[in-house]
Amino acid sequence: MDANLEPDFSLSMRLLLVEDDQDAADYLRKAFREAGHVVDHAADGEDGLAHALDGKYDVLVVDRMLPLRDGLSLVAELRGRGDQTPVLILSALGQVDDRVVGLRAGGDDYLPKPYAFTELLARVEALSRRGAPQAAETVYHVGDLELDRLAHRVTRGGKEIPLQPREFRLLEYLMRHAGQVVTRTMLLENVWDYHFDPQTNVIDVHVSRLRSKIDKGFDVPLIHTVRGAGYMVRVGMR
Amino acid sequence: MNLPRDFSRLIRTTAFKLLAVYLVVFAVFAVSMIGYVAWHTRRLVESQVSENVEAEVRFLAEQYRIGGVQRLVLVIDRRTRRPGSSIYLLTNFAGEVLASNVSELPIGLLDQQGTRITTYKRSDEPGAKENLAYVEVFMLPGGYRLLVGKDIEDRDTLRQLVVRPAQGALVLILLLGLAGGIFVTRRVLKRIDAMNATAERIMAGDLSGRLMVDGTGDEFDRLAASLNAMLERIESLMAGLKEVSDNIAHDLKTPLTRLRNRAEEALRGAASEDDWRQSLESIIEESDGLIRTFDALLMIARAEAGQARASMVDLDLADITENVAELYEPLADEQGLDLVTEIAPVAIHGMRELLAQALSNLIDNAIKYGLPADGGRGRITVSLRRDGDFAVLEVADSGVGIPEADRDRVTERFVRLEASRSRPGSGLGLALVAAVARLHGGQLAFSGAAPGLRATLRLPAKAA
Repeated sequence: MDANLEPDFSLSMRLLLVEDDQDAADYLRKAFREAGHVVDHAADGEDGLAHALDGKYDVLVVDRMLPLRDGLSLVAELRGRGDQTPVLILSALGQVDDRVVGLRAGGDDYLPKPYAFTELLARVEALSRRGAPQAAETVYHVGDLELDRLAHRVTRGGKEIPLQPREFRLLEYLMRHAGQVVTRTMLLENVWDYHFDPQTNVIDVHVSRLRSKIDKGFDVPLIHTVRGAGYMVRVGMR
Repeated sequence: MNLPRDFSRLIRTTAFKLLAVYLVVFAVFAVSMIGYVAWHTRRLVESQVSENVEAEVRFLAEQYRIGGVQRLVLVIDRRTRRPGSSIYLLTNFAGEVLASNVSELPIGLLDQQGTRITTYKRSDEPGAKENLAYVEVFMLPGGYRLLVGKDIEDRDTLRQLVVRPAQGALVLILLLGLAGGIFVTRRVLKRIDAMNATAERIMAGDLSGRLMVDGTGDEFDRLAASLNAMLERIESLMAGLKEVSDNIAHDLKTPLTRLRNRAEEALRGAASEDDWRQSLESIIEESDGLIRTFDALLMIARAEAGQARASMVDLDLADITENVAELYEPLADEQGLDLVTEIAPVAIHGMRELLAQALSNLIDNAIKYGLPADGGRGRITVSLRRDGDFAVLEVADSGVGIPEADRDRVTERFVRLEASRSRPGSGLGLALVAAVARLHGGQLAFSGAAPGLRATLRLPAKAA
């Protein structure tokens, strides 16, 4: 059930990376490009703000501590000018209250350093609005699997699958990001609303329980494990 | 001892200032009291004199009524011969003196009836000086004028008699008060100086120093006791810091060394791409572990510094407990343990993330060590209840437990009991739980759960 992380250029994003550490910036640009995205880079807060206001980007990746203008002020300025481009804030400060401050400034996601690139990539892709169903959609479809958000009903091949409330929310989140990698910490944050590192594979067990309800007895598996990254819901493997 | 300097220090103390104010207030009181006594004495003497004079006048008028002017003159003559402070004067309509012991009076004094105070000289004391007298002038039928008076120089003498010693006493009281004040202030200063000396010794690096508490329970004792408690906390924080830095040296360097070894090994000996991959994966795994340890250390440091208190909110601990238990239930089940909950509603003031992490560490621990020795299915009981003003959150397992002697050690940083050294974990999990408990003003304790271990988190609850 493993899927490989091959670039899907139909989902290619335009990213702006605002990061003053040249090494980190070089590494991230290379890695994002290999994943099929286009990356512009700014090395300080003022340059970053100018780029962000100029270009049409899908997602901004902004370091919190920057020369000339810090990341939070950059985001606040951008929001003040009515720009709603999704922003992911990178920071060496990883405590709960730092995170709250970052999100309050207008960030859409917050990732403490050091991070795994797969985690960053998954979060950036989740932020981009490309290829994902609109939040307003009330029914999600992946193959013959259907999730009705209003009726709280899940059916596969027309047959109803009874789920616990938490399993429903787990599947809902996975299906909203169908075709995208969803990491364990993203699930813990979005389904359970906790931001700590549980140090064990608690999430894996929840997903495997859900998988046994969704995929058991069907020929085509829909919930896939992405090795070294997380999970993905989609029809078959590319 | 440098006296002038010592004295200037003395008068700058709060105790001395208080004393000075007290002395001034006291002096004002004393002066008013003496004044009142003096005034009262004078009034008393005056009223006595006037009553005396009046009685005398009535008596002499009576004598005049009975026996005419001859009898009156006779009585007055007899009276003037007696020693005493009374003065008499009787004149006829022409102003001639019929009887008297007065040699000199102000002119016109006899023209008006009534009482007044006047100067006079006695005639029976040659060379007598001018004295003050209280006199009454009385008109008798037939043009006779009678003056009866009493010397009142004594009155002032009496007043002097009261006021003088009182003034002396006042001065004495002030002097004694000042001396007493200096004595008391010096005693206070001595204790403050002792405290200062201890504080300086502690600042110089002797963290084990403590202020003297002499057991009298006075404000100095109470101050010393709270300062000592503060020093205790500082010392334990410092000890903790030292221990952590020692442990960081050990527990971070060990995985760092492993990390480095793996990398070297890969460089030197990897034969195939699979070997490279395996080495790199284990290097990433090792560095993730390092990051986790580092994060846990930072979080403990933050929790212990108490900075996070500002961001605490009121929350439903039952909700958190239920959530975290639900999060871990499938994992526990997979590992062969039944996770059951007994949750009563309790609200507390705290931080949701930290509390959830603390509980998750406790449950995580119970899953790791909670399997019974006989190899059967284990059981974890997560319970929350209110006990008076406390929320009591317990995680009990059915494992082999921890020997009583080791129970306190488990919450110390990095301490992992020897037997479990081989299992995964940073060794910081329970230390973090203890730090979160302290941050919320509560505590973490361990007891036997017959069999197994019961971890109890007592946290101050919000009023129900």
